[in-house]
Amino acid sequence: MIRGKVWKYGDNINTDIISPPAYMELPIKEAAKYAMSPIDENFAKEFKEGDILVAGKNLGSGSSRETAPLTLYELGVRTIVAQSFARIFYRNAVNIGILAIECPETDRIEMGDIIEINYENGIINNLTKNEKYKCDKIPDHIMAIIKEGGLINYIVKKLQNKSS
Amino acid sequence: MPMTMSEKILARASGNDKVSAGDIVWVNVDKAMMDDILGPRIEIAEKLEKLNLPIWDKSRVVVISDHYTPPANAKQAEIVKFTREWCKKNGINNYYEFIGPCHQVMVEKGHVLPGEVIVGTDSHTCTYGALGCFGTGIGSTEMLGVLATGQIWFKVPKSIKVTWSGKLKKGVMAKDISLKTIGTIGHDGATYMAIEYTGDTINNLIMDERLAICNMAVEAGAKAGLIPYDSVTKEYLKQFNIDEDYSYINPDENAKYEKELYFKAEELEPQVACPHEVDNVTDISNVEGVKIDQAYIGSCTGGRYNDLKEAAKILEGKKVAKGVRLLISPASKDVYDRCLNDGILKILSDAGAVILAPSCGACLGVHSGTLAAGEVCISSTNRNFLGRMGSKDSKVYLGSPLSVATSAITGYITDCRQFV
Repeated sequence: MIRGKVWKYGDNINTDIISPPAYMELPIKEAAKYAMSPIDENFAKEFKEGDILVAGKNLGSGSSRETAPLTLYELGVRTIVAQSFARIFYRNAVNIGILAIECPETDRIEMGDIIEINYENGIINNLTKNEKYKCDKIPDHIMAIIKEGGLINYIVKKLQNKSS
Repeated sequence: MPMTMSEKILARASGNDKVSAGDIVWVNVDKAMMDDILGPRIEIAEKLEKLNLPIWDKSRVVVISDHYTPPANAKQAEIVKFTREWCKKNGINNYYEFIGPCHQVMVEKGHVLPGEVIVGTDSHTCTYGALGCFGTGIGSTEMLGVLATGQIWFKVPKSIKVTWSGKLKKGVMAKDISLKTIGTIGHDGATYMAIEYTGDTINNLIMDERLAICNMAVEAGAKAGLIPYDSVTKEYLKQFNIDEDYSYINPDENAKYEKELYFKAEELEPQVACPHEVDNVTDISNVEGVKIDQAYIGSCTGGRYNDLKEAAKILEGKKVAKGVRLLISPASKDVYDRCLNDGILKILSDAGAVILAPSCGACLGVHSGTLAAGEVCISSTNRNFLGRMGSKDSKVYLGSPLSVATSAITGYITDCRQFV
């Protein structure tokens, strides 16, 4: 169960918005200060670990840049809920240990709402609005990666199993 | 059961006789491509060393410094230096720098073969589909996994079949096909899917044009964009002295597609993607008259030999409008040299264009043509996202090299057909 305060954005929040190219040459810690800055300069300043990023359709479209989830992770993003994800962003997020959950009803969720996510049962409770939404359960092959704490641990284990 | 091109290539690469859309498969990667901006410096070098993981096959790894070349500042220069030294230290002999965007270099240097699976740390890795190769973009951590194991998991994608038939009108290019297709599918309409482009219009396109189409498949959210192998593919590879054994893989007849779309080439007008989304596409006539500050021809999308040649046809004997800058970055040093030898660069330069180094720089606003607040650019590149080429208060319109060249002459977005 995950519970937290919502930071809500709309559709097509692309990688140029999440990780603006002009700051990609900076180390992740520095670059993170500019995450989401084209649409919200307060995000990097005020997002707290435990808060939940919620968006509409096609979150993370565009580039394959892992600096997008990496800078979000740096700011404390551990869970993202969206109506849909662009596929490379989805994989990148999962691979570094961010839980990415699809929920068709994110348009009912607003900035500042408190939500509770039960990703094993596929239910989101909006405590502020007293509403319930269905969300996707994490597929088995993705859960296997998350359970190992990300792709690298998963692969190290896979290699160990191969050699033993 | 008949298979799509993606299903067949992924079946081969996963050692299966047959796979179907939706299957999760572990695939053997034929080549792994990294660039400077998202290559070794992000997670990869540090973790590879920390975990003491050897690279699975150094001969299958290609690294190309292209985003930060030529560097605009010391930070970018350090990244290029880091990338170069990492390759040296790790015995990666396939290292290129300063000679242009990775995807064009990959193709020219013979690293892309039909029927292969190639992953790259750049979303436009889907470009290789024009050569009948399943190319797709991945992140850095994912690349670390590939470097260690030579494998990656894929969900076998469903495919959308896009058929273009008929003859393109004069002044209409593959870029217009690409934009029209994306405008129709929508920028997330092909998410998790592959696109197969087919039909006599596609068959009649030269490889430079085909590359421009597959390059932008990701702008519809697609995992890959593929064109079946044919004599055009074969002859193109020969041009770069690639005549070795490769086994191409084409789709089976009656393969099952998630969706089939049909377009008539003769009805297609020059297209423009308006700010700030690539699927915000309209006929150029609907935006004619928008004043521009910059016109840009370049990138892995729109800076190939044919793009510069077509632009030169428009610009020959004309001048770029006062107050407008036309910047041209050939997609590789090879493209640069060919255009130099054929007199194309001179025509472009005489018209007032400034010829830049082959680079990714301006396309993503990191150097060589970054936009200031309030400025408007028409560009032959692939993205017009908010702030893509510089200030978040600038605007980018995407069009064909012909549309860009014409607009540079008039100073506002202009239908090229009054000039061709």
